[in-house]
Amino acid sequence: MGKAVQVDGRDNVATVTSDVSEGKVVEVLSPEGDILRLRALDDISFGHKIALTDLDQGEEVVKYGETIGIASRPIRAGSWVHTHNVESARVPTSSLRRERP
Amino acid sequence: MTEFYGYERPDGSVGVRNHLLVIAPIDCSFEPAKRIAAQVEGAVAVTQHHGCGLDEMVANTLVGVGRNPNVAGVLLVGLGCETLTSEILAEGIESTGKPVEVVVCQHEGGTLRAIERGVRILQRMAQEVAELRREPFPLSELILAVECGGSDATSGLAANPATGIAADMLIDEGGTVIISETQEMVGAQHLLARRAVSREVAEATYEMIERQERRMRAMGIDSRFMSKGNIEGGLTTIEEKSLGAIRKGGTRPIQGVLENSWRRLERPSRGGLWLQDGTGSDIPSMTHMVAAGAQIVAFTTGRGSTVGHAIAPVLKITGNPETYARMSDNMDIDASTILDGREPLRSVGERIFKAIIEVASGRKTKAEALGYRDFAVFTRSRIAEHLLGFC
Repeated sequence: MGKAVQVDGRDNVATVTSDVSEGKVVEVLSPEGDILRLRALDDISFGHKIALTDLDQGEEVVKYGETIGIASRPIRAGSWVHTHNVESARVPTSSLRRERP
Repeated sequence: MTEFYGYERPDGSVGVRNHLLVIAPIDCSFEPAKRIAAQVEGAVAVTQHHGCGLDEMVANTLVGVGRNPNVAGVLLVGLGCETLTSEILAEGIESTGKPVEVVVCQHEGGTLRAIERGVRILQRMAQEVAELRREPFPLSELILAVECGGSDATSGLAANPATGIAADMLIDEGGTVIISETQEMVGAQHLLARRAVSREVAEATYEMIERQERRMRAMGIDSRFMSKGNIEGGLTTIEEKSLGAIRKGGTRPIQGVLENSWRRLERPSRGGLWLQDGTGSDIPSMTHMVAAGAQIVAFTTGRGSTVGHAIAPVLKITGNPETYARMSDNMDIDASTILDGREPLRSVGERIFKAIIEVASGRKTKAEALGYRDFAVFTRSRIAEHLLGFC
């Protein structure tokens, strides 16, 4: 079973603390000690994020209780959340990739 | 109501340590200053390496360190021909009511006479301050500085959020927290500004961080970019990266931006979370928060920093289990229990809070017990600041 940490109770993503493979159950520990279990829909590496809820395109991605970016496509609970489906609200990461190959 | 045991100073401030501080206003007189401190129990010598001209930012910082309530008495050891004189510093420190004395090598007639006179003065101070007793004080007397160094992927996940919980707990009991390292806030200014207590503070937050972005751009660094390593490690946006660092200051409203310049070095005027416009280098960053009044430092690390500070206890917190195991003589708190699900963040935050109170009340941190006395002052180039239009 994989493990993940939710840093703030308001977060809709958690960070996995071990490499997780697709289909595995991930146990998410909330800051208060509550446990949420969900199935990983993708392979997710240590330090990367897993969606805790379904997110619509344009919805805010919340970590640390703050908006860390905007979903650039719909994201299902259990999916890997990273630059392929989230854009910075401030600096689009895709533009950074274009400018800095 | 939680209390800690500290030393009350004549100006009503409360120290968590009883140091005698020997300040060489310039490095030309640091050797005699160090020799004087070495001969007296409880004394520590510090200096700065930015020359003998009157750099007001350096002067403000040394005055602030001398005024810090962890310092029971001050001896200034000058050379004699510097423009940043011992008298200028003495004048800034004296109004605290603590003993402040001056020895100047050129006036005394050389190293040996300066050392003899300095040791005699400090010996007397050491006898006197030893009579001070710790008394209970409310946490509203405590100013905590938060700092991070040697960060890794566990920092934003474990050590920083857990320290942030402790910071929130301290603030909720009336205490004060200072967070600095402006360059780490770049990308999160809009989020920090939203937490400001007023529109003025929000504007000051934007201004402080954007000035730093411009300084970095002038050096050829676009601070909005993340490295390939950041993205491979799982950081998706610059907001996420910056939030991971500033989370160690907690989540409470931002009371203000503390000026840290040649004009003035501001201290927090009330409890709550304060931003300081400071450097990203760990030791001078701690020094400037200590100069603003912080009596204790909570220092988060991933790869394992060993630093301490000359006059403030530095509590080391790591979320990396290997670092905690391999560097146990440097690490005070193990926050890695969050990662394997053994302990929730809240509980680790409570442990850190408890450790802060214990250390404030006299328990030595590992860096202190190993005799760490780190100290450095930073300054900004007035020329560069002028060319950037900041002065």
